Amino acid sequence: MSFLELNKVTKIYPNGTKAVHETSMNVENGEFMVFVGPSGCGKSTLLRMIAGLEDITEGYINLDGILINKVDPSERDVAMVFQNYALYPHMNVYNNLAYGLKNRGISKEDIEKKVNEAAKLLQISEYLQRKPSMLSGGQRQRVAMGRAIVRNPKIFLFDEPLSNLDAKLRIQMRLEIKKLQQKVGVTSIFVTHDQVEAMTLADRLAVINNGLIEQLGTPIEIYNNPKSMFVAGFIGSPQMNFLEGELKNKTLTSEGFEINNVTSDFNGPVILGIRPEHMSQTDKGLINLSVDLVEQLGSDNLIYGEIKNKKDFCFRCPGSQIIKKGSKLSLNINDNNYYVFDKSNGNRVN
Amino acid sequence: MIIPVWLIFASSTHTALIINTQGLQFFLGDKFLENYTKVLLYEGGFFKEITALKMFLNSFLMATGVAFLSVISSLMTAYVLVYFRVKYATLLFWIIFITILVPLELRIFPTYSVMSTLNLVNSYWGLIIPISASAIATLFFRQFYKTIPDELLESAKLDGANTWRFFIDFLVPLSKTMIVAMFIFMFVFGYNQYLWPILVTSSEQYWTVVMGLKMMSGSIVNKFAFVIMSMIPPVLIIIVLQKYFIKGIFQDK
Repeated sequence: MSFLELNKVTKIYPNGTKAVHETSMNVENGEFMVFVGPSGCGKSTLLRMIAGLEDITEGYINLDGILINKVDPSERDVAMVFQNYALYPHMNVYNNLAYGLKNRGISKEDIEKKVNEAAKLLQISEYLQRKPSMLSGGQRQRVAMGRAIVRNPKIFLFDEPLSNLDAKLRIQMRLEIKKLQQKVGVTSIFVTHDQVEAMTLADRLAVINNGLIEQLGTPIEIYNNPKSMFVAGFIGSPQMNFLEGELKNKTLTSEGFEINNVTSDFNGPVILGIRPEHMSQTDKGLINLSVDLVEQLGSDNLIYGEIKNKKDFCFRCPGSQIIKKGSKLSLNINDNNYYVFDKSNGNRVN
Repeated sequence: MIIPVWLIFASSTHTALIINTQGLQFFLGDKFLENYTKVLLYEGGFFKEITALKMFLNSFLMATGVAFLSVISSLMTAYVLVYFRVKYATLLFWIIFITILVPLELRIFPTYSVMSTLNLVNSYWGLIIPISASAIATLFFRQFYKTIPDELLESAKLDGANTWRFFIDFLVPLSKTMIVAMFIFMFVFGYNQYLWPILVTSSEQYWTVVMGLKMMSGSIVNKFAFVIMSMIPPVLIIIVLQKYFIKGIFQDK
């Protein structure tokens, strides 16, 4: 039996909206699981059901061998970091960390020891007497995590905790969260809409769309082997290029070029997906791109252009390569790294 | 604005003879102690049962009682309306709010009848209870609670705070500033009551300062002295609590 078990968990709101469809998954002890998906896809609802902040309409959730459907949130032994941190504004940092422990009837000396340990781990020892309003965004974030750590819960739940930080701090905190999780070794679930965060943090990743888990796996598995068009488009930056085409007798025709020997028996209209980084320049390639725009990121260049009817086709090349606007490029797909999806339902067919 | 007050104060320190013959005085006289002690300890009223000192005590008890009870009751009402899953909470709130349109003076007979059934006529509780439910204070607390983010409640829940603890540990400290403001407001409101105390008390034992203003007898300087003293408690409460009020506002800045 897994540490956290979700079995056909469903959420239907009183107004009839089905936010989460029958969802089943297992999270192992010590694992870092990330729920990723566009806003409104039900990922937060799923997390809040695990925390006990939302009722479960159907199905059951097991945590450490105990059915927790009807267990009060305070007794589930879960800790949550909220998007806006939800620090207690009238208490200083010390009391913010200590409050949950006080309510559990832990002795004063133990509380002090635990708070100091957590503060040291998060490097917030010197702010313990300050009120949250006197802290910067990053410090508040740390306090919010401290409040979770100090209780030593069975599971950490993060609800988009990085989205209020600026870009630089976000990357730094991302790293710190990952390090911290590895150090403390607590099972964690992290909700985000940012695929870079998802890829970097996750041991395993659940891509959620419209209340359904589209794909579950390690980040690399999902990147290399997306099961549907949605997953393929969501994971990877810049986004995968999608071209309309027709597959017939293992030959794919699309936007002025053909690919032979496609490993699929599917016949009919399809969508061809090619990642910008899976192409390279050659003399006589498949794809002819007329360049409209070049984004120079330093390490890489992102080239946007047009191929026949498709606009904003993206190609990624090393930053050392100088490509001018208006030039024509000839591209080949590396090692048959392309994806074919059924146009009618978005499922992968190759 | 301060000149008439000063005029009365200065005049209250002279003898009645000077005021009656020479009019109001701008400068202080030498009868301050004499006049004021006389007013405070003079046994007035029809039955000679009440002193001004006792009136001040009565007024103070009534005003503090009203302030305490109305702050506590409206804090809790607002808590229930905002955080409990009450059906038709908004409708309930508006029903409470409509009572503003029905002041005590309008429902004075039923209120008196209730108080007399409860045997509270001629008692401090009789003075306090009917005016210690404030729809305005409820409105203020309710609007404030609505601005508190839901995450705070959820976070507190995960930290093991139950319904009561959330109220005591979070809502009360967070609304400290507003509590002080409402306390001042309701204190002055209670202190200024006139019609209700007259109706509900027949014994002179329960006379309040405002009632005394109407009923007082004695010479003109004594009346002046009483008027001046009757202003002190509300002014004092505002000055004293203003400090906490401002502190409350700026505590996190």
